Amino acid sequence: MSTHPPVQPLLSVKDIRKTYGGRIGCTDVSFDLYPGEVMGIVGESGSGKSTLLNCLAGHLPSDGGEVLFDTRDRGLVDTLKMSEPERRMLSRTDWAFVHQHARDGLRMGVSAGGNVGERLMAVGARHYGNIRSQAVDWLDRVEISEDRVDDKPSAFSGGMQQRLQIARNLVTGPRLVFMDEPTGGLDVSVQARLLDLLRGLVREMGLSAIIVTHDLAVVRLLADRLMVMKSGRVVEHGLTDQVLDDPQHAYTQLLVSSVLQV
Amino acid sequence: MSDYNFAYLDEQTKRMIRRAILKGIAVPGYQVPFASREMPMPYGWGTGGVQVSAACLCPEDTLKVIDQGADDTTNAVSIRKFFEKTAEIAVTEKTREATVIQTRHRIPEEPLTEGQILVYQVPIPEPLRFLEPRETETRKMHALEEYGLMHVKLYEDIAKHGHIATSYAYPVKVEDRYVMDPSPIPKFDNPKMDMAAIQLFGAGREQRIYAVPPYTKVVSLDFEDHPFDPSKANHPCDLCGAEHTYLDEVIIDDEGGRMFVCSDTDYCAERQAEGHRGRLSPSENIEKAAE
Repeated sequence: MSTHPPVQPLLSVKDIRKTYGGRIGCTDVSFDLYPGEVMGIVGESGSGKSTLLNCLAGHLPSDGGEVLFDTRDRGLVDTLKMSEPERRMLSRTDWAFVHQHARDGLRMGVSAGGNVGERLMAVGARHYGNIRSQAVDWLDRVEISEDRVDDKPSAFSGGMQQRLQIARNLVTGPRLVFMDEPTGGLDVSVQARLLDLLRGLVREMGLSAIIVTHDLAVVRLLADRLMVMKSGRVVEHGLTDQVLDDPQHAYTQLLVSSVLQV
Repeated sequence: MSDYNFAYLDEQTKRMIRRAILKGIAVPGYQVPFASREMPMPYGWGTGGVQVSAACLCPEDTLKVIDQGADDTTNAVSIRKFFEKTAEIAVTEKTREATVIQTRHRIPEEPLTEGQILVYQVPIPEPLRFLEPRETETRKMHALEEYGLMHVKLYEDIAKHGHIATSYAYPVKVEDRYVMDPSPIPKFDNPKMDMAAIQLFGAGREQRIYAVPPYTKVVSLDFEDHPFDPSKANHPCDLCGAEHTYLDEVIIDDEGGRMFVCSDTDYCAERQAEGHRGRLSPSENIEKAAE
């Protein structure tokens, strides 16, 4: 990594486009994400933000554009043109994906320790003692106590499941994390705790992250930069505080003014 | 001449199965799909094994069928009779004399030799099935050699039981490539899979055939700090005194009495004929009286 100049972006997205038949999923989206930066993507339901995230993460085939990722060995590589084994390898080492519903990202029939250990074993760890101690260490970092390590995720509360999913994703030390509504479906106090935890981990590990959400509070807390999407297009982007405090586009103004002030 | 085509199946079907077998042998451990036929027995009774055996048999072959190591249990007897009737071939209980051995859940104790074929009956060919229910995904995992999940199962075993508690159908890696379910043989038999005979696996309901060619590297998966242990009951055989064979535990009364006997009946009988005796062998006097 140190061979590259420090200004090199970690992820560079160029004109990504995805259509569902004649309908636009997302189109003309371009941005750069630099190491250690957290990018928020907000917009209403159906604005294409989840489509965009899934295209970036390689879960959906995109219809055009480039997603350049700064790989450890070969520099900037278009992940859309990578071979599947390469992309899958990337998605369990340098990338992580946090699903909105923890159930989508966890193996519900496998203990918490096994869930965290899976990524380690997937990249070749074959020492039970080491895997387990790393799993316990990570559970501790997401505030799940050690005595729950052998419990199945189905015995966990929603907030714990989400924290477990985060631990499972971060255990291999990824450099880029995709998050799809990480706080969706959680009650506000649990949300606050999760956000606090995420913020700590992002700062501590120097993670880059792309967070899709419709919750402006989440991006206000976590994101450095913000993109606002509507009807599959980016209508406004900039520094988070700048966009939220001085929205320029009519839709952003509507979005910001829709938030209830308690 | 019987009214059946030789070995029950029609020639085109046997040809199709042989193709799958050849492909399986060419790619050790890879599950080859094949168009499994209805057989005159229920699924789970060895329909896959029977089809593979039928495709392998020649009129001059000698067949042995074992079920859990025994030659005289229902499954073994009925399949042996099936081929006696439909193929009119010679059958035997002697491992050494057989050219084709169909087995359910055991590898014979007697080391197999070149020229022999061991056919396994397989209920579930996919070792990743209970970890990843999507067949599309497990196929991709095999294709891309993503086998971390298999170790998750072993991890769960150790986390729950303190050791790898999987004692049968213990996953193996074939020739450093495919992870394979060795069918529900006891893990005691796993080290024997590196053998001189051809091993064919047939799963009728799941429509898969796979194979391990002779002298192919078969490694049981494990952890560095929890190595593979081919365990068996810690007793000698009560009939032939063997200490190196896989044993069945048999309850013999309602007062907690039990005996351990070789699960391979042919091997045990042969040892007894050679004069080996175990704890519960009939006393010599009775035998002499019988003479």
